[in-house]
Amino acid sequence: MVRAVLEPGGDGATALYIVAFSLFIIGIKQGTHPTTAKRGNLIAAGGMAIAVVTTLLLDGMGNWGLIFLGLGIGTAVGVIASIRVQMTEMPQMVALYNGVGGGAVALIAWSEIRHGSHGLPLDELIPIIFAGVVGSVSFWGSNIAFAKLQDLIPTRPIAAPGQQVINAVLLIAVVAICVILAVDHDSPSQGLFILLLVLAAILGNLVVLPIGGADMPVVISLLNAFTGLSAAAAGFALDNVALIVAGTLVGSSGTILTLEMATAMNRSVSNILFSGFGGAPSGGGGGTGEEKPHVSIGAQDAAIKLAYADTVVIVPGYGLAVAQAQHAIKEVADELEARGVTVNYAIHPVAGRMPGHMNVLLAEADVAYENLKEMEEINPEMSRTDVAVVVGANDVTNPAAKNDPDSPIAGMPIIEVSEAQEVIVIKRSLSPGFAGIDNDLFYEPNTSMLFADAKAAAAEIASEIGNL
Amino acid sequence: MSLMTEITIFVLAVFVGFEVISKVPTTLHTPLMSQTNAIHGIVMLGGLIVLGYADDGLEYLIGTIAVAFGAINIVGGFMVTDRMLGMFTKKPRPKPSSDGKGGS
Repeated sequence: MVRAVLEPGGDGATALYIVAFSLFIIGIKQGTHPTTAKRGNLIAAGGMAIAVVTTLLLDGMGNWGLIFLGLGIGTAVGVIASIRVQMTEMPQMVALYNGVGGGAVALIAWSEIRHGSHGLPLDELIPIIFAGVVGSVSFWGSNIAFAKLQDLIPTRPIAAPGQQVINAVLLIAVVAICVILAVDHDSPSQGLFILLLVLAAILGNLVVLPIGGADMPVVISLLNAFTGLSAAAAGFALDNVALIVAGTLVGSSGTILTLEMATAMNRSVSNILFSGFGGAPSGGGGGTGEEKPHVSIGAQDAAIKLAYADTVVIVPGYGLAVAQAQHAIKEVADELEARGVTVNYAIHPVAGRMPGHMNVLLAEADVAYENLKEMEEINPEMSRTDVAVVVGANDVTNPAAKNDPDSPIAGMPIIEVSEAQEVIVIKRSLSPGFAGIDNDLFYEPNTSMLFADAKAAAAEIASEIGNL
Repeated sequence: MSLMTEITIFVLAVFVGFEVISKVPTTLHTPLMSQTNAIHGIVMLGGLIVLGYADDGLEYLIGTIAVAFGAINIVGGFMVTDRMLGMFTKKPRPKPSSDGKGGS
């Protein structure tokens, strides 16, 4: 074994940790453009390698067998998972990674409490308590999010009567135990700390269970922020700069994404977390039982409309991912581009089950990233667009968000497809989306409905265009 | 390290984090999340320290699980991010311009 020993907490180790977190920041900075992001990821990985090796060289480290066992198990799971995971399953994977990250922090906090049974200074104890609570909430909350995304448990909101009260009581209990532990910091009770971890675990379960599938982008981002902050807290407890900086970077990232997702839904984070949205279809414009007039077309008509257009914008939603239709849609785009039609993709910020999910799905289908347009970028172009094709998206195209101040989704930023000359909506039926309200778009005079499975319809349209 | 030094580092890191990450385009938000998952794997350092200095059975167990969790974060996170970004770095194919519509 190499015995080039670094003193724990000494200048040598700290200097190497500083190099490591600098490389994380450089790596993320390179991630601001698709062409440099891959290199940035390698730079960040290099920083991590330095941090890990530095820690392994600390003076007095032992138990090498167990260390390599842990490293071996984790590496094997990580390698297999990252090779096997489908791009549609990325939200689950990120949820799971948030979870294990939070779990690791909670375990480290527990171990620190065990070591501090003869008393801990408050500036160490408070971060330990924080790390334990937030780590435990993240671990269990993320596991529930994973189970929902993986369809192991129903994605619809699950809530017991009086759930808000139960959550509030749990939260008060958690805070009370934190205070007791802090007051009694001369001999913090290990049993009380374990109770704290358990209560935080129950709270994590109960907060995420009532949240519906379409709100998952917010939940995943928020849990991402939580795990980051818990790591930063562990850094305070362990006096480790690498943990403080890296954890804070992750916390910032998760916070930014959470706020961005909430803005894209025009709802506050607390509203998403604490109101079982989408349960009651009692929104404005509902209650009308009769079928409103709409235009229904077949794949051949759609193909003709598209083939003779100059500009086409495709608006994909999560339905496209569910139907695995991204490759079929790319075929349609290829056929159109071969005929000289300009094809772009309009990506709503919450299209998909996590931030940026739709972009990855389309990139996997070989769509060039230049053609992926953000909402703000594409909306001014809409009035100059000949045909907008909506595939598996619903609420994010509903003009009621703009026109009807009484609508439950009023004010939500939408992709303004109804501004296009013609709109084709590929959808199985007229059924409402997650918000539980009728989509006015379907009944507009320039909208044609193509009732079919997204994948089958796209494949048929592609072959019809080829035959023209 | 004094508490105030640590708080200084924390606050500066918040500003750096917000500054750098708010420049990441929406297109790359999913890889950003999996990359931050990997960076979060830094907690493995804590696990290594727990395990490296552990001297009872429960501590061995806690440490080994924490190290394994951290390693999943690091290895899985960086690898899956690399895989995803590979899809973005692919050169966009030149558009087939059968009708002489601009040949750039």
